[in-house]
Amino acid sequence: MARLDPERVQRATEIVARYPSRRSALLPLLHLAQEQDGHVGEDAMEHIAELLDLTPAEVVGTASFYTMFKREPIGTYLVSVCTNIACLIDGGFELLEHAEHSLGVRPDGTTVDGLFTLEEVECLAHCDKAPCLQVNYRFFGSVTPDDFDRLCDDLRSRRLERDVPRHGVLNRDTRPHPMSAARDGT
Amino acid sequence: MAFRGAPDILFSRMGFDDSHTVDRYVRTGGYEALPIALKRSPEELVEEVKISGLRGRGGAGFSAGMKWSFLPADIFPRYLVVNGDEGEPATFKDHQLIERDPHQLIEGTAIAAYALKCSLAFLYIRGEFALGLERLTQAVAEAYARGHLGRDIFRSGFELDIVVHAGAGAYICGEETALLDSLEGHRGEPRIRPPFPAVKGLYQKPTVVNNVETLSNLPWIVKHGGAAYAALGNDKSTGTRIWSLSGHVNRPGNYETELATVTFRDLFFDPELGGGIRGGDEVKAFVPGGASAPWFGPDQLDCPLDLDEVQRRGSMLGSGSVVVMNEHTCAVRAAWRITKFFAHESCGKCTPCREGGSWLEKVLKRIELGAGREEDLDLLLDVCDNLAPGLSWPPGQTTICVLGPSIPSSIYTSIRMFRDEYLTHVKEGGCPFR
Repeated sequence: MARLDPERVQRATEIVARYPSRRSALLPLLHLAQEQDGHVGEDAMEHIAELLDLTPAEVVGTASFYTMFKREPIGTYLVSVCTNIACLIDGGFELLEHAEHSLGVRPDGTTVDGLFTLEEVECLAHCDKAPCLQVNYRFFGSVTPDDFDRLCDDLRSRRLERDVPRHGVLNRDTRPHPMSAARDGT
Repeated sequence: MAFRGAPDILFSRMGFDDSHTVDRYVRTGGYEALPIALKRSPEELVEEVKISGLRGRGGAGFSAGMKWSFLPADIFPRYLVVNGDEGEPATFKDHQLIERDPHQLIEGTAIAAYALKCSLAFLYIRGEFALGLERLTQAVAEAYARGHLGRDIFRSGFELDIVVHAGAGAYICGEETALLDSLEGHRGEPRIRPPFPAVKGLYQKPTVVNNVETLSNLPWIVKHGGAAYAALGNDKSTGTRIWSLSGHVNRPGNYETELATVTFRDLFFDPELGGGIRGGDEVKAFVPGGASAPWFGPDQLDCPLDLDEVQRRGSMLGSGSVVVMNEHTCAVRAAWRITKFFAHESCGKCTPCREGGSWLEKVLKRIELGAGREEDLDLLLDVCDNLAPGLSWPPGQTTICVLGPSIPSSIYTSIRMFRDEYLTHVKEGGCPFR
């Protein structure tokens, strides 16, 4: 996809300034690229390499370690169903199976309309509300099959846009860090 | 009040919907501890934390004051890194502390940074905690705006910057040296020790890595004194702690109780805590401290929630997550799913973990699916013994970090407790629970 746009290059510069070492900004910049495009594309990774004085291989080598960085385009909504021990006990696998039938895709598959990507994930730290899932890293707990279908309907009809932004938008508080202001003496 | 009259040290604001806001925090005693701390010397604060007996809440249970005192005296800069990469299966306490009381964590971080004489701290937060990241970022901005962070905090001359840093989905980054590599912009692979982070940590500078819950205790300790904290619990397990309780209990949830004075039976059955087993079923087994911990059977229900006593009995309280399984739970399936987790999360650096984990997962899966053989049990135990020689706790070490040697825990304990169940899978060609 694309290189980082000018607004995000500006944010990248501010993010780099938070760290004693440029490379520390690598994960934050990969998040920034994912926020822009919904995934981390090759052009963006090359651009990040330029910004941090790294080789593209160093950027890809790091990005590929982390499951949250999707290096291929995925759906608008990433549905992450937990099946780890607490969810297993409360029907996590049954929920995943229902999700597969309901969306018509296997884990890591994307629906033909490009709206949903389904994945099976490890513990999300929401275990008192098992079985749980996340949509674009927003939590939904004690999810029954009916809840799941309602949730997908709400997402399709854009009723949850305030709560669940499109994939890649993680932390919506994107103001510059106050530290920079303090250091400038402003 | 927390359970049985103990004070709510960590969860005092959980009754408020707006517990994450600075207004609520200040109205409930927040940011009162930091100015008290800043009037004392850093050395006095380290001493106070030593007196409190506070032990790390991330899993290892190491003395916090001791960890702090390992920093070499005259090397600067030095860094404080807060481990908020909560990923141990069935642990969900830091998630709640970050989302619901971010200012308590910030105040605790500031107190620790002052005691450690460092002016830059990083909050490494699990990437999947989108709401937590937003609230913490917002809270940091509010703390700056009120003069609680930045330059000349409370006119003490002390300067501190806090940077919120999002992880990106890797359990191993909860291991402190892997976390440091990740924070430096690398793949999260654990480092060989020594040197320990206290000597050469972030950017090869002296570094302390503390867990979210550990630091969230500090405002209370500064306000009430280390001795008051140490008066709770017993001599080695002091203060209160949050238990992440899940599985077949009526009331799963996070519960704060005094350490050592409460037993697993209390935690599962007390009406204020777990409220008993659903449907009146029996406890078949339970995970006492995270997926890395060896399982306990019902014979250990009266074991107190005391770090050393649980270790003496062959397991650990670890990250404080307790999973209860009733008699209808398939032990093979549970052990397989936990092993699948470790196989997925192995960083791949050390051979025993990378290879052992995935082969153990495959063998367990074939037993669960009915294609197992009787000799698979010996095979499992043999591979386990290669990962953690001796099959005991704490495990024998064969790898750089403890992830690999933790894989056998659920396998060898479930085979010891439920060997017949494994054999039934083999003989009947499938899972008897399905």
